[in-house]
Amino acid sequence: MGQRVGIIGVGQTHHAAHRLDASGNEIIAEAVSRALDDAQLAMDDIDAIVIGNMDHFENINYVDMWATDGLGSCMKPVFKVTTGGTTGTTVGACAYYHAASGVFDVVLAVGWEKNSESDTQAAIATCANPVLERDPFAGAIGPLATEYSMYMKAYGATEEDAALVAIRDRNNALNNPYAHNRMKVTVEDVMNSPMLSYPVKFLDMCPRSDGACAVIFAGESKAKKLCDRPAWVHYSIVRHDYTHFGDLEWQWMPTLERASAQAYKKCGISNPLKEFDVAELYLPCSTTGVKWMDSLWFCDKGGAPKLIRSGATNMDGILPINPSGGVIATNPIGATALIRVGEAAWQIMGRAGDRQVPRVKKALATGFGGCSWTDLFVLGADLP
Amino acid sequence: MADWKDQVEEIVFPGKISVPYFWTVGSTLSKWYVQMRDDGEIWGNRCPECGKVYVPPKIKCIDCYQDMNDWVKLPGTGTVETYTVVRYHEPTLHPKKPPFVYGVIKMDGADTGMVHFIDGVKPDKVKVGMRVEAVMAKERSGNILDIKHFRPIP
Ligand SMILES: [Zn+2]
Repeated sequence: MGQRVGIIGVGQTHHAAHRLDASGNEIIAEAVSRALDDAQLAMDDIDAIVIGNMDHFENINYVDMWATDGLGSCMKPVFKVTTGGTTGTTVGACAYYHAASGVFDVVLAVGWEKNSESDTQAAIATCANPVLERDPFAGAIGPLATEYSMYMKAYGATEEDAALVAIRDRNNALNNPYAHNRMKVTVEDVMNSPMLSYPVKFLDMCPRSDGACAVIFAGESKAKKLCDRPAWVHYSIVRHDYTHFGDLEWQWMPTLERASAQAYKKCGISNPLKEFDVAELYLPCSTTGVKWMDSLWFCDKGGAPKLIRSGATNMDGILPINPSGGVIATNPIGATALIRVGEAAWQIMGRAGDRQVPRVKKALATGFGGCSWTDLFVLGADLP
Repeated sequence: MADWKDQVEEIVFPGKISVPYFWTVGSTLSKWYVQMRDDGEIWGNRCPECGKVYVPPKIKCIDCYQDMNDWVKLPGTGTVETYTVVRYHEPTLHPKKPPFVYGVIKMDGADTGMVHFIDGVKPDKVKVGMRVEAVMAKERSGNILDIKHFRPIP
């Protein structure tokens, strides 16, 4: 490993269903400007840029070409990364690796999406294998519904358990001025919202948003010089699987299980529920906020319903999850996972405003995408 | 190659992706297009730091990453920097029938070139360095074709 790396600045747009006031280029500029302000840097201080989105959501290829002014990338090394829902965390991982290598010192990571510009489900369907799976199984909702059905059957988890996650994240979003959906909801509201695909209901599911996020990574000496409390990257890991939907382990979430197990091992974490102070998790649907707790080793297999019912993951619980409101409140897809990293970093830096969890020393951030892929970051207040 | 491969009837699925799209023009270019549509005027924006004037306008100065809040009205005249005569027919790509000319016009009062059609002149009479002016479309709807083309200044 070349050098240790800290996050020294984060910026994000005010996210919304339709940002008619801002083109893709303009939301990128908004996030980047805010990240530079947060880090008190100028564009000249940036050595390299990594940016990502999914071109099929906007039908404009090569953001690294047409957004040069908004991105500030003219005559800088720029790398475009696209991995579906994980794009934001992969952009972050890529920026981290750039800085960790020592080849670059200060690296800007940018994720963005204007989901208002297309039919998100139709665009997502273009990822599915057209020869086998696009007709019967494409889209975002069906696979998530299918995996929770299986988990419910295996462990007695309920629709109400998912609703508890939905109200936790949605009500947390009330404290986040950047969040897209900010509405007070009850379990009853969630249960009475329209059924999309059993057992997933409207208020269980993430929206599609317009928005961007930018995170600035810096090598150890620069990070110490530029920031009084950087969020140090303790570990970053990427795990992919999937050939066909039928090959996946629906009762578990293998990529999350493997990625988190390795991260905890590398970071010396034996009880993640206790040792993390906050988690910003890419939970695209409230059902995943139940089922994936097992795969993050927060409880024994099948223990998630009890964990969620106990309130352990609420703002006043032992491990607050998604103080920002998470993905079901805000989902500009290419930015979504980077927002998790940025929010986790802000929690450590003490810059999370009304959603700040007290005394955060260790934070977990995840990305979910492609098909059941996992990216994961462990951040800490202390040097790794 | 395995024997069974000789016997396979190879299948290819035809596909057509039908996804509707909208492109948010954004505040900067919306302002530009509205001025063009309503007043028939071409404006640029100027960097507060280096003074560079861009047309079409930029979100941020490419060199200085400054906000671009300083708008300047341009005379609509310029000089042909470079051009080509298109002789192939590609209706999905170009709205004009060949032969037609497009090129880069360095706009008076701006530091950048604008790409557009050059018309009102025989293609073989177009020259680099030729002075041209914008011809606005009679019916304008707020897009790049509100400028019909550039023609030589008589
Ligand atoms: Zn400038």
